[in-house]
Order: sequence, then structure tokens, then C-alpha cells
Amino acid sequence: MTAPLLDRSASVAQAAPATPDASPAVTSPRIIAGRPALLEDKSTHYCPGCGHGVIHRLIAELLGELGVAERTIAIAPVGCSVFAYDYIDVDWVESPHGRAPAVATGVRRVRPEAFVLMYQGDGDLAAIGTGEIVHAAARGERITAVFVNNGIYGMTGGQMAPTTLLGQKTTSSPTGRDERTMGGPIPITEMLAVLPGVAYAARGTLADAASIGRLKAMLRRAMDIQVRDAGFAIVEVLSNCPVGWGMTAQESIEHLDTVAETYPVGVIVDRLKAAVPGPAAAAPGPTAAAAKARATPTPLAKTPSPPEA
Amino acid sequence: MAIEAPPRTPERVLMKGNEAIAEAAIQAGCDAYFGYPITPQAEILEWMARRMPELGRVFVQAESELGAINMALGAAATGARVLVSSSSPGTSLMAEGMSYMAGSEVPMVFVDVMRGGPGLGSIGPSQGDYFQMVKGHGHGDYRTPVFAPSSIAEAIDLVADAFEVAERYRTPVVILADGTLGQAMEPVVPAYRLPPRPAFDWAVGGAAGRRPRVVRSLHLKPEDLEAHNEHLQVKYRAIEAAEVRWTGELLDDAELVIVAYGTAARVARTAIRRAREGGLRAGLFRPISLWPFPSGPLADLAARARGILTVELSAGQMVDDVRLAVEGRTPVAFHGRTGGMVPTPDEVLVALRRLWAITPPRSVQGAPGERPPRRSARSVPLEPPVRRASPAPPDVDEPALQEVWR
Repeated sequence: MTAPLLDRSASVAQAAPATPDASPAVTSPRIIAGRPALLEDKSTHYCPGCGHGVIHRLIAELLGELGVAERTIAIAPVGCSVFAYDYIDVDWVESPHGRAPAVATGVRRVRPEAFVLMYQGDGDLAAIGTGEIVHAAARGERITAVFVNNGIYGMTGGQMAPTTLLGQKTTSSPTGRDERTMGGPIPITEMLAVLPGVAYAARGTLADAASIGRLKAMLRRAMDIQVRDAGFAIVEVLSNCPVGWGMTAQESIEHLDTVAETYPVGVIVDRLKAAVPGPAAAAPGPTAAAAKARATPTPLAKTPSPPEA
Repeated sequence: MAIEAPPRTPERVLMKGNEAIAEAAIQAGCDAYFGYPITPQAEILEWMARRMPELGRVFVQAESELGAINMALGAAATGARVLVSSSSPGTSLMAEGMSYMAGSEVPMVFVDVMRGGPGLGSIGPSQGDYFQMVKGHGHGDYRTPVFAPSSIAEAIDLVADAFEVAERYRTPVVILADGTLGQAMEPVVPAYRLPPRPAFDWAVGGAAGRRPRVVRSLHLKPEDLEAHNEHLQVKYRAIEAAEVRWTGELLDDAELVIVAYGTAARVARTAIRRAREGGLRAGLFRPISLWPFPSGPLADLAARARGILTVELSAGQMVDDVRLAVEGRTPVAFHGRTGGMVPTPDEVLVALRRLWAITPPRSVQGAPGERPPRRSARSVPLEPPVRRASPAPPDVDEPALQEVWR
């Protein structure tokens, strides 16, 4: 519980000794895992098995590893993760429901030196806040958006979200989501990726340890995009809501593979890597990724490119 | 943080109200402006679009009023001096952000250039947002100071005052103008003022060398939220004690008092002069702060006035606060026009004469401090007035009446 804290900028990997057999006589404990310094030493209010804790940890690790924590201003959404400010030790501004991209824009514009991080759920970003996210992305605001998609409104008791899968039962779609009356899942990250202001868009998942490793690489890239002043960056995280889904924690993790059939995991656009700068990239209009997305039947494009290592 | 513009030489210039408000904010050190086009305040947005980048400051045309007000929340949470402006339909959308800013105690100056409503209404001048702005705007138990200029020169003064009050009390402050004030041009000698910048121990900016800060309005535990609300109420009592603003004209011997603010007060000003030319001793009481409302001074006047006429560009909103202040000490009548229509001085004069006609004279002047007897308009007998020694009003032109009696 109260293990020695790691250095603010140190990651777990960096703290681990490089050569365990070099000094067999050493008796002091070897740290192989620990709490990132930016993560508060307290138990969260999240339900057992919830994915928010893992995502919080990844963010806390990365803010430390990238050395941006002391200039970070993060924006908290409305939803379960509003209390992210109780767990991640940086400055926070609490936003009204869905307005985080606007709040982040205000922060960004008057604090050009700040690192602006935005944390939003799927009801927040893909329903009530669609106007704000589209225009912040279109302006290419130098903001890193972490978009947690668990397909449900968790905090209010498990209602249908814009991202809820077809047929999925929730407290407000008790017979399952019917496309005819409730519409289909909104692939908002693909929709955002067509905007020239979006430098990076990717979707990761918490389905297994390897995926979490790849997700961390995506988040690192999205943060790096901001550090490099390259544009708007968003990482969607397929997360679980065992209580809202009516599943055990284990079942909900396994269910993420089903979710990924609707929401393919991978990098959707990386304009910095694509390296097609110049007038063509700057001009408004469909990008290659957008054209690809459109050419593919509903709901989503096939995974456009392999995830980052 | 921002580059301060050199003060301009004080010279008499012809200025449009909206542009004067925008420039006053710039000269008051406004760091950032967020807006969305809407008539009749679009010139504020346009002025800022040109001037703010010139000065190296922030201008963003938002995707909606929701976007604009929440950009303001973000910028102001960092301690920046922020201006937002809109007009009635837009201010409805901004009510959400105002409530959050009041709850999380973020200072900001908000300009509402009112137009006719409800709904899309008209683009003509109106004072129909009084309830919305003065009674709290968004959801929850909160207040925001509301300053109502009656001229372009006064608007310039009040913008600087508004930033100062906003930062002193950590609250949004509203400048409540109307389409006439926004669109009219007047010669002014602009008295720009740059309020000093206080140090903020609450603003976010990166937690280097200190504990992290959170700007928030969520307090899930009822005990915590009640404590927070009590803190807000203590602040509001302090504002009520220190920030009441009003002015008057020809009140010393006034038997009839018009209460009006903003453009309506401009009309009333002409009306009381015409009334006096006709021998009717009328005066004008003009609230400048609509919250906190100048209830005390108005109650003192009510104790000796024969009657009060409230004139508004609405169907009757501020008149409720007038009645609460007067507490039945004298009859309170109302005259208003809506939809972008502005009452003429003659219309107001007719309403004044009618008020004179149906109110008895104040025969007993109460001793200082003595509570005057309660009287209400309803208790006033409506039979034809008895001619008195005091100057009699001319006959009332009944068809011209636009009065609403309550």
C-alpha cells in the first residue's frame, strides 16, 4: 500500500533493475511494479472491474514519462470519470456535460505553454458533445483527447449510449438497441479522422495485457502529437462497464472482443507519420482514410492500418 | 500575459454601442473573447475579431453559444480576463455555462444585448431578459451582478467596473444592454480604465511547485454542497452590501417617480421633463445594478412619492422588484412595450398623467424613520379624481394608453 513512490518522471520499467543476477547478495526489495507518482494513493469510486482505473494509470504513467505533468491542465467530463481529478495529480477544470472540447479550447488558447489533456466518455463526447468535439477537432486544437467508449451511460444507471451495440440491452433499451428506432452505433472517431485538423486518431482496447500495451503506445503518440504542435489527437479506448452491462468483470473483458467487431482497433489516421504534408494535406476534403471509411459498408471501416508496436 | 494597448488620447468620438463595449473590454485588459454571431450584437464579435489578434490576444468564433461560454469557462479558469457576448436566444444557450461558472466561482464578463422574444422573436431592442439575467440565468441557487448602462459612455465605464467586480468576488458579471444601446451611435469621450490584476490563488496553470488545483462545481455530498452554497450566499450578501448602483434625476421634489433602466430610462428622462413643463412634478429613479437591486433607496422614495411608474421594454419584469422594494408604500403602475417596440416619451407622459389621476395626494408626510402606511394600486379608488390646488393634469387620451395595471 505504502510502497516507496516512484520518481515523478520514472516509469515502472525504468525503475526495474537491469541485471537481477548481477548482485545475488543484495537483500533489498526489488521493485517490479508500483503506483505511478502522479496517481493518488487512494481507492477509486469505480466499480470492481471497471476500465477507468487502467486508463487513469496509463495517463499518469505517460504524463510522468513525457515530463509534461507540471504544465498539464486536464479537463474532466461529466460521467463516472468526473472524479478523475481525485486520482490524477495535475491541475483540472471540470466541464459541463459534453463541453470538455470547448473548455479545453479556452484553456489552450490562453495557455499556449500548457499541456492540455481531455478525458471524455462516450455519452459525453458522442452524444451531447458532438458539436464541441467536431469543431475542436476541425480547428486542430492542440489537445489530446482520451475518449473512453464503454457503450453505456454508467453513472446514471446504464442507459443506452450513442455507441451502444445493436441489440444490446440497457435500462433505456430494455429489448435491445433497435436500429430502426434508435439508430446505429456512431463511429465518431472515424468521423473525426476525416478532418484535416486531426493529426492523430486511433482506437485501442483494454481486452488483454498486450492490447493495453498497444493502447499505451497510442496514448503516447497522441500526447507526442501535442508536444510537437501537430494538431488535434484522439485515442478511443474500448472499455468495459461490468455493472452496466450486467456481466462479471471477466465476462465484460471478454466481451470487448465483440465490441471490437463494431469498432475495429487500430490507428485510423496519423498525419505526422503519413508524411504527405503540403497543400494536398492542408486542403479541405476527403482524405485517404475518409475515402476508405466511406467505401466500406456500415458501420465502420475495416481496421485501416496495423496498430503501433 | 497579454500586451496592453497604449491608452488612446481622450477625444470626443462617435461610437457605436457594441463597438464601445468591445473596445472598453480591450482597454480593460480583456485577454480573450469568445462569441457566436447573433444580431443585434454581432459588432462586438467583429470588433474583437479584428482587434484582439492585432494585440496578440485571443479571439475565437465558437461553433455555438454553448461552445463560446464553455471556452470562456476554460480560459477564465486559468485566471485570464474573459469577455463573452450574445443576445437573447444565444444567452439562453449560455445559461448552462453561466451556472457552472457561478458554481465553480470563475470570474467573467458577459454582455447580453437584448432583443425581442420569446423564441427567435425579433432583432429589435427589448428588456425581456430581465428575469433571466437578474434572477439567476441558469439552474441552481446563484446570483450574478447585473449592470445596465443607459448610455454608451456609461457602458464603457461599466465594462471596466464589471471586470473588477467579477474578479473581486470570483463571479460572472452581466452587462445588460438592449438592441438600441448596441446599435446606436453617440458622441463620447471614452473613459477607458484598466483595473488592476489581482493575484489568484485558485486558477489552474500547471501544478509546478504547488499542490494541483481543481476548478469544479460538483460537490456530491449534500453537506459539502450546502457548505459551498452557504459560502456563495455570504459572498452575495457582501455584493448586496457594496455593489448597489443607481442614479436619479429631479427626485428632490418629485411626486411621481418613474423607475426605468437602460434605453427605457432614456425615454423616461424626456418624459419627466415634458411632465414638468406641464406642471407635473416627476422624477426618474434609474437602477444601474439590477442585481443587487437598489431596494433601499427606492423604498425611501416610495415613502414620500404619490405614485411610481415603472417603464420597461417588456411586459413587466423589473416591476416585480420595484413592488418588492416599495412594499405597498405607494401605488406602482407599469407601462411597457414589447417585441422591439420602444415607448415614446408622450406615451410615458400619458401613463404618468393617468397615474396622477387615479392616485390620492400624499397628505401625511411621515416622520423620518417612521414606516409609512401600506397602500396598493388596487386599494386606490378609481372614481374620477377630485381637482386639487396642485397643477391639474390635462385630460388623458384614453385610446393612447398602453398601460398594464396589475
